[in-house]
Amino acid sequence: MEAHAAQAPVAPPRARQLRLPGVGAGLGRGVVVLYLSVIVLLPIAALANQAFSEGLAHFWSQVTSPAAKSSLELILACSLIVVAINAFFGTVVAWLLVRDNFPGKSLVNAIIDLPFALPTIVASLILIELWGNKSPIGIDIALSRTAIVVALCFVTLPFVVRAVQPLLIEMDRDMEEAAASLGAGGFTVFRRIIFPNLLPGLAAGVALAFARALGEYGSVLIFAGGTKNTTVASILIGQQIEQGNETGAAAISVVLLAMALVVLVLITLIQRWGSRHERAQGAGAGGLGLAVTAPPAPQEDDERE
Amino acid sequence: MNSRANSSPTSRWGLRVLGLGYIAVLLVAPLILLFYKTFEKGLAPPWEAITSADGLHALKLTLITVAIAVPLNTVFGVICSLLLVRHRWRGNWLIDAVINLPFAISPVVIGLCLFLLYGKNGWFEPGLAEAGIKVLFSVPGMVLACIFVSVPFVVRETVPVLQEIGTEQEQAAETLGASGWQTFWRITLPSIRWGVAYGVVLCTARVLGEFGAVSIVSGHITGETQTLPLFVEQQYQNFNLPGAFGAAVLLALLALVVLTAMNLLKRKEAA
Repeated sequence: MEAHAAQAPVAPPRARQLRLPGVGAGLGRGVVVLYLSVIVLLPIAALANQAFSEGLAHFWSQVTSPAAKSSLELILACSLIVVAINAFFGTVVAWLLVRDNFPGKSLVNAIIDLPFALPTIVASLILIELWGNKSPIGIDIALSRTAIVVALCFVTLPFVVRAVQPLLIEMDRDMEEAAASLGAGGFTVFRRIIFPNLLPGLAAGVALAFARALGEYGSVLIFAGGTKNTTVASILIGQQIEQGNETGAAAISVVLLAMALVVLVLITLIQRWGSRHERAQGAGAGGLGLAVTAPPAPQEDDERE
Repeated sequence: MNSRANSSPTSRWGLRVLGLGYIAVLLVAPLILLFYKTFEKGLAPPWEAITSADGLHALKLTLITVAIAVPLNTVFGVICSLLLVRHRWRGNWLIDAVINLPFAISPVVIGLCLFLLYGKNGWFEPGLAEAGIKVLFSVPGMVLACIFVSVPFVVRETVPVLQEIGTEQEQAAETLGASGWQTFWRITLPSIRWGVAYGVVLCTARVLGEFGAVSIVSGHITGETQTLPLFVEQQYQNFNLPGAFGAAVLLALLALVVLTAMNLLKRKEAA
């Protein structure tokens, strides 16, 4: 197996015909389409049906009600702030993990994924303990808009780090050294050489973080809550379901879903663009390839060679 | 990886303070505080909370959702990845797009979708009522919610590995007379196993911790439709902090197991 893994990047073979055993491709395809329809598509169809069940005018009035509008504006604003913060700190952390050496580095690398592993409601609970009215450091931001930002920063931190990290590992150091030898300072090298190379990964990571932040529920629930000032769209949807306004909840959901889909399409376009530009690999099945993980193994192999 | 330092010590230390400080404040400090608060008054209070009848039931239900959702999504994930990578088809881009959908949908919205589909005015309501099957506000609905949110993970992790290994060995096996199944079990699956395992770990973590979607379809019936994350929230809302912290620590410990597994598998994949 080891030998195989080492060979793979050298000659990337093109996929060819049938490789699904036993069952033919047709049957497999049928199973996949049926599974996705029952699990994913049918429920979404029910949502769309409910949202428009009382006509377009009613849908519009639900979406543009003061509560709905302010909740959507709030989550958009918070998500933008959060991705800006994490784009900066995420790049710094990825840089430390790739280019720096310090004791405990592998532990830091491991803990980055904590927000992926930790249930969001537990995140909410521990954040309110640290930053709530019983805060051991005397900072109480619970149930405020700042709390929304902190909670979203927590859950979206890994996205940017994990998207930028493999690009940094892969990056050719020669360009930087050439620039430095020609007299460019550290910041100029970063701005002119490193940053442009990181951009596709950074953009994909930011888009993923943004999509995640838009819909986040559990981590905001206890920590930021549903007070007058902190009701984000997902919380408002929950409240409307409890109050029995299913059409209103469905209408806001459709808008939230549409916003996230725009982001998702953007990611795919960015990835296509990124893979056209000098990155031969990773094109594949499109979508969120850079997403949840990005095992840097093959790239490291490349570097050694 | 080589780490020649071509930056000045000031900027290097500046970056370290910024990056590590951010992680310490955002991730590490809250986690340490959680463990401190839980065990402040000894082991007994959190232990009692978890071993209470409701706590144990929540744990059991959480494990049931994992036991159903994860194997289903794993089998689906492997089949789907094989189709996407090894079989050109006009509809592949659409399948790929649908698989990514759960990443783009808020958990609450996923809960609402199921709530509407299986609820009292839903399309399946007449048939289900006749058959006497209760989906909403009971375990089947919660399992469906867990499957929905965790559909993408195995596919996302398996597809790149499949692309990378290529088809040479499979073709060799076939030339030597192996059947489709033999090739799959002896060649393909062993080569993609760490990728699949990584996806399974992510999928398990998501199902273990799923809150929003499950919360909407569960109906919050204590001792009946409560998973551990729902138990944490309810205990907190009832001001039973030892209960909330006990269950939260249990979930955090599971999360640390997941993290460890993720890192071990990453190393396996890299090897």
